Amino acid sequence: MSMTRRQRSKLGRGILYLVAVAIVAVAVFAADWERIGRNFFNLETARDMLPQVLTVAAKNTVIYAVLSFGIGLVIALILALMRLSPVRPYRAFAIAYIEFFRGLPALVTLILFGFGIPIAFDFRTPGGRVGAAVLGLSVVAGAYLAETIRAGIEAVPRGQREAARSLGMSETRTMFTIVLPQAFRIMIPPLTNEMVLLIKDTSLFFVIGSTPATRELVKFARDFMQGQRNATPLTVIAIVYLLITLPLTYLVRRLEKRTGRGR
Amino acid sequence: MTSVIQIVDLHKSFGQLEVLKGIDLEVRKGEVVCVIGPSGSGKSTLLRCVNRLEAPTSGKILIEGEDITDPDADIDRIRTRIGKVFQSYNLFPHLDVLGNLTVAQIKVLKRSKSEAREIAGDMLERVGVADKASEYPIRLSGGQQQRVAIARALCMNPDMMLFDEPTSSLDPELVGEVLDVMRALARDGMTMIVVTHEMGFAHDVADRVIFLDEGEIVEEGPPQQVLVAPKSDRAIRFLRRVQER
Repeated sequence: MSMTRRQRSKLGRGILYLVAVAIVAVAVFAADWERIGRNFFNLETARDMLPQVLTVAAKNTVIYAVLSFGIGLVIALILALMRLSPVRPYRAFAIAYIEFFRGLPALVTLILFGFGIPIAFDFRTPGGRVGAAVLGLSVVAGAYLAETIRAGIEAVPRGQREAARSLGMSETRTMFTIVLPQAFRIMIPPLTNEMVLLIKDTSLFFVIGSTPATRELVKFARDFMQGQRNATPLTVIAIVYLLITLPLTYLVRRLEKRTGRGR
Repeated sequence: MTSVIQIVDLHKSFGQLEVLKGIDLEVRKGEVVCVIGPSGSGKSTLLRCVNRLEAPTSGKILIEGEDITDPDADIDRIRTRIGKVFQSYNLFPHLDVLGNLTVAQIKVLKRSKSEAREIAGDMLERVGVADKASEYPIRLSGGQQQRVAIARALCMNPDMMLFDEPTSSLDPELVGEVLDVMRALARDGMTMIVVTHEMGFAHDVADRVIFLDEGEIVEEGPPQQVLVAPKSDRAIRFLRRVQER
């Protein structure tokens, strides 16, 4: 029995569909839906979390991420300019900083800033432990954002710099009035991506230990799970995270499409 | 006669590669010098050295008597007197046409916004794109972009203009409008060095034509002499190749 090429590929695809349907069917029949519902989709638990999951936890998550992003961006801009500087010690410092903090797990840096440095130097950041954690995350974000900014600066065509210099602008003036405004436009999609990563990284704050008022989403969910003995809080914060991150990811995709088409 | 640009024994190497092998050139006030030659002959590098976008390896370049190869020279100030027009226009895409024309006037020459705008308007008029002041560069044709780039340079009231193959990235039907602007500039007495492949323009407008090959000035003289009756073999061969196109 011989088949044409088309028939063969049709048959192949049919088998793939069949396998998928079979797996789903087994999962549906074998699963203990009652148990899953009780543990992951307990409406009562979910209702108890409102409104605090939004007014406290989600709000804190966003505030911490935005603060870390803002401070991180300032650190990153300085690092990126140092990285591109003709002065070698500046370049060396920037490279060392960037590689150091990108090479460490963010959690290590957070604990360093949350406990290590405050204890060692009797040093208090504004905002207490959480303030220290924000600072720690900013330091990490600075390392990642610095590379994004550097890539953005290098993506601006050399002719732009030459045109500006030919008009008598100094090196610094050229950077701030001609190169950086264009670089930031190029960087909007990757910067938004970094923002998404930061929103997720604020979940590491739960190790720092925070007061009821300063809890972010994960700490909030963990506290809730202790009293409830079920995992619904996880489902709830997962939904909240996705509500924040998915629109941003979608935005990035749209922006990338647009910059891909433009120019 | 006063020489505006004086180049003395200019050498420029990139690593092992010697691109300019001892150039001597003087350009007098109001003179139009066209530089022709095969690609890779060092024409662009020569022009880039004149406003120190490229640092010469050795030699001297005097701009109105000031040596710009001196590390102590205030190159930013001297550059305001040297207008430069690039092959790829290099307009600032994040600024509209008016922004392109005013940014350096305001930031470098410290002119007031209104004064800068007025001058920008005059210059746009001069290059024939006054109606495009509020457009962004990408919305303009290549010819319009290049004319805006010329206007941008003129806004600084330069004493001389450097053109680096200003029509080489243009569609053929847009070349004329840019050359017309340059012709008018030459007529108004602007000192110009033009690197070009437009032999017609060189023939009509240049006071002097320089044929550059392999980093050396091979031939130099009035257009009639260099373009019509060249003496060196290299120039003869180059011109024949160009005319065959």
